Amino acid sequence: MSTEDTGHGGRPGFDTPAGAVAGQEHRTAAEALADEQPLEGLPNLAQTPSQTVGPFFGYALPFAGGAELVPAGRPDAVVLHGIVLDGAGDPVPDALLELWQPDAAGVLPHVAGSRRRSLGRFTGFGRTGTEADGEYAFTTLLPGAVGDGPRWALVTVFARGLSHHLFTRAYFVADGEPDPSDALLDRVGARSRTLLARQDGPGSYRFDVRLQGDGETVFLDYREAPAR
Amino acid sequence: MTDPQQRPVAIPPGEEPQAALSTEIAAVHEGAAGRTARHALRDFPPYRSSVLRHPTHELVTVDPEEIELVSPAFGHVDVDPYESDLTIQHAGEPLGSRIVVEGRVVDGEGRPVAGQLLEVWQANASGRYAHKRDQHPAPLDPNFTGVGRTLTGPDGSYRFVTVKPGPYPWRNHRNAWRPAHIHFSLFGTAFVQRLVTQMYFPGDPLFALDPIYQSIPGQAARDRLVARYDHDLTVPEWALGYRWDIVLTGATATWREDEHGEH
Repeated sequence: MSTEDTGHGGRPGFDTPAGAVAGQEHRTAAEALADEQPLEGLPNLAQTPSQTVGPFFGYALPFAGGAELVPAGRPDAVVLHGIVLDGAGDPVPDALLELWQPDAAGVLPHVAGSRRRSLGRFTGFGRTGTEADGEYAFTTLLPGAVGDGPRWALVTVFARGLSHHLFTRAYFVADGEPDPSDALLDRVGARSRTLLARQDGPGSYRFDVRLQGDGETVFLDYREAPAR
Repeated sequence: MTDPQQRPVAIPPGEEPQAALSTEIAAVHEGAAGRTARHALRDFPPYRSSVLRHPTHELVTVDPEEIELVSPAFGHVDVDPYESDLTIQHAGEPLGSRIVVEGRVVDGEGRPVAGQLLEVWQANASGRYAHKRDQHPAPLDPNFTGVGRTLTGPDGSYRFVTVKPGPYPWRNHRNAWRPAHIHFSLFGTAFVQRLVTQMYFPGDPLFALDPIYQSIPGQAARDRLVARYDHDLTVPEWALGYRWDIVLTGATATWREDEHGEH
């Protein structure tokens, strides 16, 4: 297994000891300057591969208030809920879902505090595990449209047995509203119904996730784009 | 009279011998030869739990939109600096070999992923998770929970202090054992860089046998999950040092798009 030891060989500079470590407050001016520059000579570094989240994340990743992006009592709060199903139609009791969305005005928050809900900030980020019956629920705001498009939230699914997480979008459709339309929804045709979070009660929207089989949810891959 | 030894006997699920599993792994890798995979294969039958949990439709490739090109913000309101030391969360010292794990998180151009949330969780030195569903009959350690988190520094650096996790058995097939690993969860500067993965330790004899590690086709890609022992990180009289750098690119493509076709 000698090749297992050499994973980071041949990447000049990448193994250079870091100047500062997380949480360290004092850095030299040279270190601060270096931080602002891209590392040179390191184009196209290879992606670190994914591995499954496994069965034992439940005491590590979920956090208090993770599912409540806003308090349930807030007048403009809505519930986004559903069930995660596998290819046999059975509930997935050990999935983890993350929600990432703009606020009701369509503004993307850049606000810390997801793990400290007591601060009362809308951070746009939520995380929750599914229950034993495969059900999940977030309490959040109806996401506003960003630009001219329909309003949707990014949903990310992790699970034991899923070697690499899956991205999908939940498009919110209120009672009496026409089904939304955009480039993605138009492209996937009849499968677009798997992307619709339809209102199923006052302030409540249902979004089921089918990992495989009949009615399989549309999952997304992304073209390369520079990060902001 | 029929000799039962002469008839093929169906092996119940979970009881396949390692040799049969290893043959399955080799067959998938052979089928993947020549193609570029960045991530573990979702459709990887040797990892039994994947069979009903991977999509069978082609993923739909889109241009990321505004939401997908930014990440949630995390800060010191979310993470206490002490949470990066997994050995100080209880009254006493945990059992096992104390280690330091340090590295940098960068994007595909080598730019630091700064100020982002990095979460870890792991088994204790005996190979037991402090999780109610872990039934492995190895001792829990009252001084070790195995959960840590930190924010990456301005240069993308991170550092954890912990103990080396033990390998442990699981029920994928007969005599299945996971190589020692630490689970990592990372956010990039864009949500599409989101990554959950596992860091391994160099020279583990279980690598070749493990269908989770082997769910990544390509030795070079698998190697990227293996930390490097770094004697310069080793702290005299205190802890062994491991270095593991992480690259988050903007794309999530598993295969190159023109090389699909099996679905």
